[in-house]
Amino acid sequence: MKRVYVDEQWCLGCHLCEYNCAFANSGLPDMVLALKGKPIYPRIHIEGHDKITYAVSCRHCEDPICVKSCIAGAISKDGEVVKIDRSRCVSCYTCILVCPYGALTPDENGVMQKCELCLENACGEPACVKGCPNRAIIYEERGEA
Amino acid sequence: MKKYVIAGNGAAAANCIEGIRSIDSDGSITVISEEKHEAYCRPLISYYLENKTVPENMGYRKDGFYQRMKAAVLYGQKAVHIHKDKKTVGLDNGEILPYDALCLAVGSSPFIPKMEGLDNVSRKHTFMTLDDALSLEQDVDENTKVLIIGAGLIGLKCAEGISGRTKSITVCDLADRILSSILDAECASMMQRHLEKHGMRFLLGDSVSRFDKDTAIMKSGTIVDFDVLVLAVGVRPNTALLKEIGGEVNRGMLVNSSMETSIEGIYAAGDCTESEDLSSGTGKVLAILPNAAFQGFVAGVNMAGGNAVFDKAIPMNSIGFFGLHAMTAGTYAGKMYEEKNDRSIKRLYTEDDRLKGFVLIGCDERAGIYTSMIREQTPLSSVDFELMKKNATTAAFSRKTRTEKFGRTV
Repeated sequence: MKRVYVDEQWCLGCHLCEYNCAFANSGLPDMVLALKGKPIYPRIHIEGHDKITYAVSCRHCEDPICVKSCIAGAISKDGEVVKIDRSRCVSCYTCILVCPYGALTPDENGVMQKCELCLENACGEPACVKGCPNRAIIYEERGEA
Repeated sequence: MKKYVIAGNGAAAANCIEGIRSIDSDGSITVISEEKHEAYCRPLISYYLENKTVPENMGYRKDGFYQRMKAAVLYGQKAVHIHKDKKTVGLDNGEILPYDALCLAVGSSPFIPKMEGLDNVSRKHTFMTLDDALSLEQDVDENTKVLIIGAGLIGLKCAEGISGRTKSITVCDLADRILSSILDAECASMMQRHLEKHGMRFLLGDSVSRFDKDTAIMKSGTIVDFDVLVLAVGVRPNTALLKEIGGEVNRGMLVNSSMETSIEGIYAAGDCTESEDLSSGTGKVLAILPNAAFQGFVAGVNMAGGNAVFDKAIPMNSIGFFGLHAMTAGTYAGKMYEEKNDRSIKRLYTEDDRLKGFVLIGCDERAGIYTSMIREQTPLSSVDFELMKKNATTAAFSRKTRTEKFGRTV
């Protein structure tokens, strides 16, 4: 399956991916309307230190620990894509406790959210990849582990 | 065609079914479900009382799970005896089920200590099942005075669950602090203050001496009048089925890393078992849903002739009350690193070049990175631990490790 990979060598740390992610998942038609003057709650985050930066989003693990750990049955695999049914999330944060990548984060109401590859929003493909100015985020199929 | 029998119908059982079906699509699966419900998310019963979920949304798996998995469920039945030589399970209705592989996923039961006068208490509840929550709901309204015995995870989640339904909740515990199984005095006190702000009253280091009808006379002499009593002292693994046929049982059923008990063909998973805690190297009953899920799946795979191992059990909890979360994992052994202020406490415990455990209250960002370091026994010398201490971040790993984590399918 195609997944999102990041090449830390090329990441500029510009955080554009976070904005594109938040906009793509806002359901709104206009980026200004969606984001201007508001705190954003993206599903991808820039991490790093003074020497490197890179973007982290869900790895869509083959055997996802979040799925087995979710106490609400809210996280499941749909084919290879790990999805969350946010209507079932009770904000217990067990998924935060177990994800080795720090890929799940709460929204403004504490409801957990995660990257679902933009497959079901208006973007239709990962908005972080599409908008990365230095092509540091890549959407492709790579050899299974 | 292989015959699989699963005693129990909770998270461990559901994952066991999935484990079996990942290997064997034809064998017959029979699930013995004492509760008359499809597998549901047991930890959600307090959230139900809190109006954060509804029974229709509490199913552990999507509708049609058993049909998709071609599993038959016997509702309202209980396994009462195993004949290990004949390989049969006897049910309480007299029915006998033959098996090739059996999984005991029978959970635990509330422990009710002997207390003088308990029989004469008019309305008493335990808090373990959906039916417990539904019956507690019937007994509680805004004028109900509730006394909860036990300030552990179950008692306090129950308290939070009903806090919007009644004004008077008193929680007592023999221990001198709340959440004593996961928090020390200082951490417990921070959580306690937060709960007290939400109207809960605590009687700690105290226990019921006797009940006089609906009045509790505490050892300290304190008198507590109540309308409803909730018994949340603790739970005990249900081990009798295995014990009476000579299977190895300590506090919980003993299993190997394939989830097989000491009796061939009989597997066990979930709250009825004891696990080897990787962080301390000791046997513990780790009655948490993730553990049940990991174990259940591995049991299922092995029952069907596959080859799966689970050897990364550690205690871990994420428990939140009114928006303040306490995350804990592993063992509090070795050297402690601490950061704290009025609103948060972070403690990391390290020993022998490993992260052994942590407590994070009000600072949970990317906590799973710490948890994975405990589970994977990552050498601290292989990471920038100075950076990692401040923030759980994969940036503290070497570039090579990061490339492995982020550059390929994991």
